[in-house]
Amino acid sequence: MDKIYDVVIIGAGVTGCAIARELSRYKLSVLLTDKENDISCGASRANSAIIHAGYDPEPGSLMAQLNVDGNRMTGDICEKLNVPFKRIGALVLAFNDEDMETVEKLYRNGVANGVPGVEIIGREKLRELEPNVSENAVGALLSPSAGIINPWEYTIALAENAVENGAEYKLRFETASITRESGVDGASIFTLTSAKDETVKARCIINAAGVHSEEIARLGLFGEDVELGFRTIPSKGQYFLLDKTQGTLFSRVMFQCPSKVGKGVLVSPTVHGNLIVGPDAVDVDDPDNTCTTSDALAFIRKTASLTTDTVSYRDNIRNFSGIRPNTDRGDFVIEPSPVEARFINSAGIKSPGLSSAPAIAVKVAELVKESGIELAEKESFVETREVVRFRELDNEERAKLVAEHPEFGRIICRCETITEGEILAAIHSPITPLSLDAVKRRCGAGLGRCQGGFCGPRVLEFLVRELGISPNDVLKDLDGSWIVKLRDDETTN
Amino acid sequence: MNRNYDVIVVGGGPAGLAAALEANKNGAERVLIIERDKELGGILNQCIHNGFGLHYFKEQLTGPEYAQRFIDMLEGTGIEVKTDTMVLSVTPDKKVWAMNTEDGYCCFNAGAVVLAMGCRERTRGAISIPGERPSGVFTAGTAQRYINIEGYMVGKKVLILGSGDIGLIMARRMTLEGAKVLAVCELMPYSNGLKRNIAQCLDDYGIPLYLSHTVTDIKGKNRLESVTVSRVDENLAPIPGTEIEFDCDTLLLSVGLIPENELSRNAGVPIDRRTNGAVVWQDRQTEIDGIFACGNVLHVHDLVDFVTKESMIAGRAAAEYVKNGGFPETTAENTVSLAAGNGVSYVVPQKIAVERTEKFVEAFFRVRTTYKDSEIVVRADGEELNVIKKSQLLPAEMERVVLPKAMLQKAAGKEITIEVRTKGDN
Ligand SMILES: Cc1cc2nc3c(=O)[nH]c(=O)nc-3n(C[C@H](O)[C@H](O)[C@H](O)COP(=O)(O)OP(=O)(O)OC[C@H]3O[C@@H](n4cnc5c(N)ncnc54)[C@H](O)[C@@H]3O)c2cc1C
Ligand SMILES: Cc1cc2nc3c(=O)[nH]c(=O)nc-3n(C[C@H](O)[C@H](O)[C@H](O)COP(=O)(O)OP(=O)(O)OC[C@H]3O[C@@H](n4cnc5c(N)ncnc54)[C@H](O)[C@@H]3O)c2cc1C
Repeated sequence: MDKIYDVVIIGAGVTGCAIARELSRYKLSVLLTDKENDISCGASRANSAIIHAGYDPEPGSLMAQLNVDGNRMTGDICEKLNVPFKRIGALVLAFNDEDMETVEKLYRNGVANGVPGVEIIGREKLRELEPNVSENAVGALLSPSAGIINPWEYTIALAENAVENGAEYKLRFETASITRESGVDGASIFTLTSAKDETVKARCIINAAGVHSEEIARLGLFGEDVELGFRTIPSKGQYFLLDKTQGTLFSRVMFQCPSKVGKGVLVSPTVHGNLIVGPDAVDVDDPDNTCTTSDALAFIRKTASLTTDTVSYRDNIRNFSGIRPNTDRGDFVIEPSPVEARFINSAGIKSPGLSSAPAIAVKVAELVKESGIELAEKESFVETREVVRFRELDNEERAKLVAEHPEFGRIICRCETITEGEILAAIHSPITPLSLDAVKRRCGAGLGRCQGGFCGPRVLEFLVRELGISPNDVLKDLDGSWIVKLRDDETTN
Repeated sequence: MNRNYDVIVVGGGPAGLAAALEANKNGAERVLIIERDKELGGILNQCIHNGFGLHYFKEQLTGPEYAQRFIDMLEGTGIEVKTDTMVLSVTPDKKVWAMNTEDGYCCFNAGAVVLAMGCRERTRGAISIPGERPSGVFTAGTAQRYINIEGYMVGKKVLILGSGDIGLIMARRMTLEGAKVLAVCELMPYSNGLKRNIAQCLDDYGIPLYLSHTVTDIKGKNRLESVTVSRVDENLAPIPGTEIEFDCDTLLLSVGLIPENELSRNAGVPIDRRTNGAVVWQDRQTEIDGIFACGNVLHVHDLVDFVTKESMIAGRAAAEYVKNGGFPETTAENTVSLAAGNGVSYVVPQKIAVERTEKFVEAFFRVRTTYKDSEIVVRADGEELNVIKKSQLLPAEMERVVLPKAMLQKAAGKEITIEVRTKGDN
């Protein structure tokens, strides 16, 4: 008979992975699923990468509480799981009186939401803190608890830690339909069927499908005629990512005042030392099309020039975009399906979803418990994750490492100084990467200014060698993104 | 292990090889070349086409053959080579931190350092091509490596953006490998490649060249499916309504090279925003005493022969520097600075120490656009020092003027500008 998992999670973004990790503390069988070939292929890999302080959400909202709690928890988790995170603080710039009113409102929100250390500063202090800010900025909200993170490594680290603690994972499983039947104790047993007709059984389902969470939530109505209570309105945001030569322009996250559509265009250093500029916010029909457009990129440049006109866009290394799973709810949707206590939606996790993930996970675990599933803690829970980052070592540590493990003595990614040892560790990590981008997400190879031009062919060879696969099957990213083909004569022979 | 060297050369491409050989010839006893690849030869190893060495050897050689000539010359010189070794930092006091799997992470001391790290390719990001981000979009050099070194094919239906030499060479290579090259598109109204390459790589195979066109959209969720190309106006902005869509699985980008100066920057070497390379004196010494730069890391060359010549200058100077325990101070009155005037995008070297000039200094420069029947004017403080007639000037081809010592003495303490004058300018 098919194994019945206590919990199956649909969606391996930061929400699903944080939930998987939280649940792996307990004596439960947990299966984390995703339709793509890797963890973190949705919004969790294409966002501003800010751990927001929590002054944006309306006081009293679920979002306000989970954001502030999540912000606090993120520091601790990142330290334990060895994920790049820097609490550099943020400024929300005001350029006129109206903006100043917004800043004051954000300040009051911040205080009401329990955000530590928020403060309104004037022109002079602002310039002292950030000399490259535009002359036109008249004041700002200073919020020291905001931080920057590597969002995909964070998501992968959460998943790896869950797997380390006994959770299982199944990628390339796109939930297409869900049925329920009554189990021996009267509670439902769910069967999830994938687009490729594979099945998985569960006592409890958690919907963390990001921009597709409304569709999954509808499956969780099981044909009953009830209102779902929310609708998804996907909203695209695009970015510039600039070379490290631009990465020292500011030492904090520089926001402009938020508007109805989003938190405005920001300019910020990234944890890797680059500069990120964006996003815009445009509602889109297709929740999966992450193309960038020249109009949006031009808009972002123009809007960012209010913050500073010193960015050198000829040092751009990449443009990308992400789709926000916005809803008409105005708040996160974290609640059981109206018809099934054990079908738990963690839906419409828009910004500040990345910041809130650990707190969302705790909240979802409570809902699992309330649904009558026992949460008994395991005797032991592995809390930490080891990662070697050659470039962060000092001279002595480097010498010692290479003397003991020669594979760390060969640099493969020249731009980011990533060694063969780190790439091999990534390939043999708990969730096997199948693409160049999956390796990049784990160790940073190919992330730099040449965008994998030099190291791509080498990483391809390592994947072929270490996983015993054909070069034809090494992907750049998602399924179908082949890179090279063996010559015809070699394949037909 | 003795880790003290007279001259350490960073990079074992044609620039590094020529610099090391010349340093050795001029009396530097302990010379070390450090190369991160497994082989010496640099980018030449993947350039298996003909056309190298016409100036220097008066022969048509392939890239690897050209490199091999220099590698062979190393024999018996006592020059040490460390391949598969990456230099991670160079300090202003000329300590070179490097690493490989055998020696581990270690520090070498040099009397003089020659930077010869070459360049890297500009990517899709550098020119912000919008659209989706599927696989199948390669820089031309990366595709060249996959094909010529690794032995793979990268695609069957190909569009190429950029008509510089690398783009042109790759159009021919892909065709010979059995792919269909649909077109080569070029943003500028002229090609940036050598004329012989347009004839031999495009015309001979009937590959169309679309001048004043650029890529404005990329489609394909997983692998590339199509590329949209638009005509651009005189400000290089795409003209709506001129879109042509090409169904293809591969887009090669040959959109420029950027000198690889991260080591130089971290050593504190001042960089010229025009060349993206170090500011150098006539002997290719940078603004940091005893650190020299040559080849593509200094400015992007189209012909390897010029790389070799430039690197010989740097190698010889590095040896002199070590032998004499440094160069004498140059005063401002004894310095000529070189500047790019009207129509000129850059000049190398940027500075000349007049008393260190033997007979003359050759100044290398590029023009901004194409000119017909124009003049190169060399000027100091408004005074015309030399005028050279040119029937044709192309940005793709590096130009050169000779500045005799007498002229430099006259201009000492001043700035010499090199500019283009067209008929209408007088
Ligand atoms: C432009 C932009 C900027 C942002 N900036 C920030 C920020 O600075 N700070 C912040 O806190 N938040 C930010 N956010 C929000 C944050 O990125 C999201 O809240 C968070 O990533 C959502 O995570 P998730 O796991 O819910 O969704 P996702 O990461 O999208 O994960 C959902 C997963 O579900 C999978 N899936 C979907 N359908 C199925 C199916 N049928 N079967 C199986 N799997 C399925 C998808 O493949 C995907 O992997 C931003 C978002 C965007 C788009
Ligand atoms: C596709 C293509 C076609 C060309 N066609 C022609 C042609 O037909 N005719 C012609 O004359 N020229 C041609 N050229 C130009 C010629 O190849 C270059 O001008 C020449 O190779 C530049 O020499 P270089 O030594 O400066 O740089 P490179 O050849 O790039 O060598 C630099 C070396 O430094 C090494 N290096 C860099 N950083 C480090 C570090 N930190 N530690 C250790 N080592 C390091 C690199 O690995 C590399 O080997 C072509 C170039 C290309 C790419």
